[in-house]
Amino acid sequence: MISTQEITRTAVRALRRNKTRSMLTALGIIIGVAAVIAAFAVGSGANKSIDEQISSFGSNFIMVFPDRSASSTSTTQRYLTYDDAKAIGREVSGIDAVAPMVNTSATLIYGNTNWSTSVTGSTQEFSNVQEWELASGRDINASDVRQGTKVAVIGGTVSEKMFMGENPLGKSIRINKIPFTVVGVFEKKGQSQMGNDQDDFVLVPLTAAQKRLVRWHTAGRIGNIYIKGISMNALNYVQNETEALLRERHKIKPGEADDFAVRNVTQMLEARRKTTTIMSMLLGSIAVISLVVGGIGIMNIMLVSVTERTREIGIRMAVGAKAMDIRTQFLIEAMFLSMIGGAIGIVLGVVAGYALSSFTSAPPIFTASSILLAFVFSALVGVGFGYYPAWKASLLNPIDALKYE
Amino acid sequence: MALVELKDIRKSFMLGSEELEILHGVNLSVEKGEFVAMMGPSGSGKSTTMNILGCLDRPTSGTYLLDGKDVSDLSSDELAEIRNSMIGFVFQGFNLLQKTSAAENVELPLLYAGVPKDERHERAKQVLIDMGLGDRIYHEPTQLSGGQQQRVAIARGIVNRAPILMADEPTGNLDSKTSDEIMALFTELNDKEGITIILVTHEPDVAAYAKRILHFRDGVITSDEINSRRPKI
Repeated sequence: MISTQEITRTAVRALRRNKTRSMLTALGIIIGVAAVIAAFAVGSGANKSIDEQISSFGSNFIMVFPDRSASSTSTTQRYLTYDDAKAIGREVSGIDAVAPMVNTSATLIYGNTNWSTSVTGSTQEFSNVQEWELASGRDINASDVRQGTKVAVIGGTVSEKMFMGENPLGKSIRINKIPFTVVGVFEKKGQSQMGNDQDDFVLVPLTAAQKRLVRWHTAGRIGNIYIKGISMNALNYVQNETEALLRERHKIKPGEADDFAVRNVTQMLEARRKTTTIMSMLLGSIAVISLVVGGIGIMNIMLVSVTERTREIGIRMAVGAKAMDIRTQFLIEAMFLSMIGGAIGIVLGVVAGYALSSFTSAPPIFTASSILLAFVFSALVGVGFGYYPAWKASLLNPIDALKYE
Repeated sequence: MALVELKDIRKSFMLGSEELEILHGVNLSVEKGEFVAMMGPSGSGKSTTMNILGCLDRPTSGTYLLDGKDVSDLSSDELAEIRNSMIGFVFQGFNLLQKTSAAENVELPLLYAGVPKDERHERAKQVLIDMGLGDRIYHEPTQLSGGQQQRVAIARGIVNRAPILMADEPTGNLDSKTSDEIMALFTELNDKEGITIILVTHEPDVAAYAKRILHFRDGVITSDEINSRRPKI
């Protein structure tokens, strides 16, 4: 047998003789590898962003929100109230802070500047629960909440967009045409892992939001409640107690469905991670299928190529090529096609990963191991699907091969 | 010791379920430096004999001694090695690799002999120059005339210094003038290099160049005579 290096050179030359066909053959692998790389990069990007959210939320964090989908009877109220939040804070132990919240969007006006943003109505507990620090001024306090004072603490983005370097403290802004006084500015948090600007919001006292902004007809109605437990271990207890308390407060009879939902944020994110994992496994398996289909494409073309090049094989055998030489040549041709396909596929996969990630809004993560894996896998596909045609070629009888027209 | 010795060579093929014997006991001895033409109508067994002589095929029974070594029962790979070192082939249809330069075609036997790249190229170039193709070294078969292609094929046949050159209807695709040139080339290789040449042809004009002419009919050699009317070159 001659050296692998020589056979490789021969194989490459043979592929170059048929550039178009070689490229088309490699296309299956290109797409397969690109799909594998992109799928795993997007998948692990999404997973990482969820991980970061879990850690940025803090893991001892519970959310309560109304569940209007519940088939509750008319006796239940189907929304949460400020009193619910207060009751939770009062009666459930293991709690560090409770923040009732009202969320709405509004147009802010200061001078000639308009800015659409989201407005959160909450209490002095809000910045504790959500872990906001003040950059300047003061937070809203208990008396603001009690009296429904028209004061606002603004996020960093709002401060920049509305005041453009001016000191916002003490200035009056109009939120949906109602004047509020800016008393504080939050420290910036930057973009969330989902790509949202976390600093683009305004905090006002809960009562002010209820009365002036959302104007719900039911007094004391709020959107949802954030609870910060004293520790991770307390969460299950807090969740169960909160559920029991709210059922009691909402007069839900045993056997009836809750008209609210209590979610441990960690659980929610875990659930989402599960979905993401399933999605990326689905994508990955489709990608692997396309890689296998690409491999079959290579086998197909190589089989055609063996038939088409029967005479070439005959000539090579006549001048002294052994079965092994022929087999190795065709095997290396197949491997080369799939490895070149793999290399191009990696580049394409990286591009596709970034393109796809604009939909998932989590940056894709390309690991050396995933790229290496795709590359090795594509080479294996080449060997796997190239072996049969190569073996077939090596079985040719030189006399018949030479006679082949 | 004869370079080539066939003893009672028989060859059968399976035709459906029936066994068909093509060669019915061929005996032949060729010395080093001979120039033998094998003639006969198609189906007479000359090509089958040629394939066995060229180690492309194995006899069903009988003994083939090549350079004193029994090659009748060697494996395909062992035969490949013998073809590589002992036998050069020239075919009617030239059988050059397409889209491949003359030099690379000529290098082919050296590639499988394990000769390093540079030496391979040097030797191929030299043989092509000797064949009068010094200005065609990097041309591909489609850029060469039939006569030039056959010269490339001959160059490929002798580049590994094989002692035997087998030619199967080497002038079958050439006009008569080119045929004469090619046959003159064979004669020269035989005379000057001492290469043993065995060729199959059905053209008496071509066979006339050989020193010895064999006639085949129905799977046996019917005549074996010295050719006294070789053309002057």
